[in-house]
Amino acid sequence: METISNVIGFLPALIKATPLTLLLTVVAGIFGLVIGTLVALARLSTRRLLSMPAYVFTFAFRGTPLLVQIYLVYYGLGQVLPGTWVRHSFLWPYLRDGLWYAIFALSLNQAAYNAEVIRGAIKAIPRGQIEAAKSIGMRSSLILRRITLPQALRSCLPVLTGDLIILLKTTSLASTITILELMGTARMLQRQSLLIFEPLIAAGIIYFTVVFILTRVMNVVEKRLTRYRTAKA
Amino acid sequence: MVATALSVNNIHKSFGSVEVLKGVSFEAKSGDVISLIGSSGSGKSTLLRCINYLETPDEGEITVSGEVIRTVKGKDGKLVAADKRQLEHIRTRLGMVFQSFNLWSHKTILENIIEGPMHVLGMTRKDAVGEAEVLMEKVGITPKRDHYPNQLSGGQQQRAAIARALAMKPEVMLFDEPTSALDPELVNEVLLVIKKLAEEGRTMVMVTHEMSLARDISSEVIFLHKGLVEERGAPSQVMRDPKSARLRQFLQMA
Repeated sequence: METISNVIGFLPALIKATPLTLLLTVVAGIFGLVIGTLVALARLSTRRLLSMPAYVFTFAFRGTPLLVQIYLVYYGLGQVLPGTWVRHSFLWPYLRDGLWYAIFALSLNQAAYNAEVIRGAIKAIPRGQIEAAKSIGMRSSLILRRITLPQALRSCLPVLTGDLIILLKTTSLASTITILELMGTARMLQRQSLLIFEPLIAAGIIYFTVVFILTRVMNVVEKRLTRYRTAKA
Repeated sequence: MVATALSVNNIHKSFGSVEVLKGVSFEAKSGDVISLIGSSGSGKSTLLRCINYLETPDEGEITVSGEVIRTVKGKDGKLVAADKRQLEHIRTRLGMVFQSFNLWSHKTILENIIEGPMHVLGMTRKDAVGEAEVLMEKVGITPKRDHYPNQLSGGQQQRAAIARALAMKPEVMLFDEPTSALDPELVNEVLLVIKKLAEEGRTMVMVTHEMSLARDISSEVIFLHKGLVEERGAPSQVMRDPKSARLRQFLQMA
């Protein structure tokens, strides 16, 4: 009984930390999508100067733990940057904040996963549709913008949504570099209250609720955007 | 003197070590309907795809209303289009209809038809939709304007694809076996549309297995065999009284 009231007691503080979790998710999600698309296109390029670096990028980011990447970015860049011009630039006050390093690492990691999904979706577009676009005189950049990408992104939307939800939960790793998002706050509450389970249970409830809402929202978006495949005659 | 709409000159094309086209030429005057016939592997589809450079000919020349598609010799001695922009512009003047329709599946029928006029020709949405409505009426798919391709039968999709090609106001229409992927009962509705276009005096080049269509609407029938023109002439002559034994055999099989 006391446990339940303790859990409830932790909720307000955790709800206050939730926007930061959402910020990390949305910003890294958007960067991940944009960079991921670019990396996917680079990987599909016939020029090795583009496809090789993209391959190495996805291979490296998917092949190592995100926690390692976060530490490398935070402690690594954190060591290097003060020795450079950045130390005295207007950027410095921002760059002392762990948040930027977390966004940086999360975005690149997300981009690497998205890139592979998007690459597959682009390759799966029937060649005939591209030929039809060429046959009316569309230039390749227009074909990419009007035919290839809209269709590829829609067809892999369910997977991208899944990855976004994984990203939401992964943002908890940002707590390891001093960021007081949901998980960071839960751990702070643990230390303050000397209670082990209750803050974690409360955090779990909030993660679950947010995931639940996000899933619902994305379901609606998915249905809208993929009507062309499911519509009945 | 009727102007030459399309001239195909000495087209060669190999895939690897297989020489599919060994020097084919023909000309279409404005209003001509040219049918390319031949057994599979004769090179007729490849020839048609060379006309708008979906396949780049290794050698030879394509001229559309007097404008030659400019080429340069690549490292391997084969041709490549010299000027992408020029090729894209010439493609807008050549409408193509494919065997497998190739409608864009994420766009409705109306969106498929107005895509080119809006984004390639730079028309306003209002004008493009206005013209699309006329075309949809013409091919009989007006009730399907807001449907997606996968909601349509093959015959309806092919008629929509014809409307999409026509929307660019091409000088020449290219048909690549337009009825071969259709169920037998759907072939006729597409043939009727193609016949209507021929009657309007459109310049067309088509690859077809429909011998009756070739006989009815062609001004010239070209029989390809192993990458070369084996026989050509007016359908009345070529199809009734073929000179070559191969064409005679082919017509009996068809």
